[in-house]
Amino acid sequence: MGNFVDPFLHNGFMQRALLAGILVSLTCAIVGTYVVLRGMAFIGDALAHGVLPGVAGAMILGMPAMLGAAVGAAVMVGGVGFITARSKLSNDTAIGLLFIGLLALGVVLVSSSDKLTGDLESILFGQFLGVTHSDLLAQAIALVVVLVVTVFAARPFLLLCFDGDLTRAMGYKAQWYHRLMLLLIAGTVVVSFQTVGSLLVFGMLLAPAGVGALLAKRIGTMMLWASVVGIASTYFGLLASYHFSWAAGASVVLTAVAIFFVVLTGVSLQKFVQGVRT
Amino acid sequence: MSETAVVARRLSVGYGSHAVLSGVEAFLKPGGSTALVGSNGSGKSTLLKTLAGLLPVVAGGLEILGRPVGESSQRVAYLSQFHQSGFVLPLRAIDVVRMGRFDQRSRFARRTRADDVIVNESMELLKVSDLADRPLRDLSGGQQQRVYLAQVLARRSALLLLDEPTAGLDAPGRAAYIDALNFERSRGAAVVTATHDVGEASMCDRVLLLAGRVIADGPPNVVMTPENLLETFGIGLTKVGDQLVVTEHHHDHDH
Repeated sequence: MGNFVDPFLHNGFMQRALLAGILVSLTCAIVGTYVVLRGMAFIGDALAHGVLPGVAGAMILGMPAMLGAAVGAAVMVGGVGFITARSKLSNDTAIGLLFIGLLALGVVLVSSSDKLTGDLESILFGQFLGVTHSDLLAQAIALVVVLVVTVFAARPFLLLCFDGDLTRAMGYKAQWYHRLMLLLIAGTVVVSFQTVGSLLVFGMLLAPAGVGALLAKRIGTMMLWASVVGIASTYFGLLASYHFSWAAGASVVLTAVAIFFVVLTGVSLQKFVQGVRT
Repeated sequence: MSETAVVARRLSVGYGSHAVLSGVEAFLKPGGSTALVGSNGSGKSTLLKTLAGLLPVVAGGLEILGRPVGESSQRVAYLSQFHQSGFVLPLRAIDVVRMGRFDQRSRFARRTRADDVIVNESMELLKVSDLADRPLRDLSGGQQQRVYLAQVLARRSALLLLDEPTAGLDAPGRAAYIDALNFERSRGAAVVTATHDVGEASMCDRVLLLAGRVIADGPPNVVMTPENLLETFGIGLTKVGDQLVVTEHHHDHDH
């Protein structure tokens, strides 16, 4: 048992990493559930990459990285709205254009500055093992905000997943709640990128919620499953990272994705066996 | 409850400034029913969406339950023709029906006993009580449609707007739907259905035959003549008993 518990008992950085991972998992479980149910994976992915130039810019200017990430996410969300409103282009074309444009800008910024050499990797893949107390505080605040917003908007959010027209016909401002949902995704990415990285936070949004979608009959249970999978991935991923010296963020996300495929195979096999029997 | 359900004057409906259907006059009383009949693209769904407040009025006047359209959403039930993600969502049938009560109580108020009674009654009327705990995505298309109809009923609305309500329903499903509709009308609800099912339309008080314009408007036995149906659907149809028989092909559109 020592191998499973000791790394967390004796190392402060492992304890902080575990706590940060749990906070990220819970936030991503809630927000990811809506991302999966509403098919917003692409905008989520784009947001995750779109923060890169913001972070790089903030670092060059000597400002907080999170502030830069927030600006990057805001440009992304606002830009998608602007392009779709001003042209007849579809949402995914608008998202794709901004996504790749912002990513390219981010790489240009990083490559142009001597200060940032080597930082690109930590932006994309996070610094799980270097989590500070202020990072933890930011993540805890993010979780509380996400919880409050989800409780406040539970009914319109559920309706939006079910049918946009019905949401509006029932008098809810569907567009308003859609934007609120985008803000939640953006906020989650902005706060979580320092831990799991802007590239990998997307995996924490999708994989655990994907498992939830496979197993749950209700939205609440889906969020619960997603939380369990996220936390389990954090624990086993960090453990693997500690013992085998693997990159921490990548180990955690890899575990989550592996769990998804194992559950998917199990569910498919179960359906196949049921089909053979009947 | 005595105000008129729908009043439309020289109403044009469509998308943006482009009218899909013009010249609609409507006056629907509580307990009354109107069928919008036409083929695909005739404008019947667009008209229904406009009545539901989902599309802005292109021109003309429209009042719903005595107020400008869109201001009575709490007392209107809308059944859309397509459901976006009914197959992905982890929801049980009863959860879907309960959604119909969402805007009937304040944001943070919990479900009341009265809500539960209405939800159960609605599911019984559509004969889906035994499916209550089944995931929606495991139900057949016809069963899902019945669950969606139960959701509409659970709103206890003054005006029901139904787009192709009998799509995918089998004979028992249709019978349950007709019972449910009679129940709604007997308590004073007005109903507008969009359909291309002439048999279903003939049960309504009034029929609007649509093909980008109003071909005919009046009681079903007056309006649904072979000539009018030919103009509406582009093929000759004659009502024989409860069945429609194709009698001739229309060639006007070829010119």
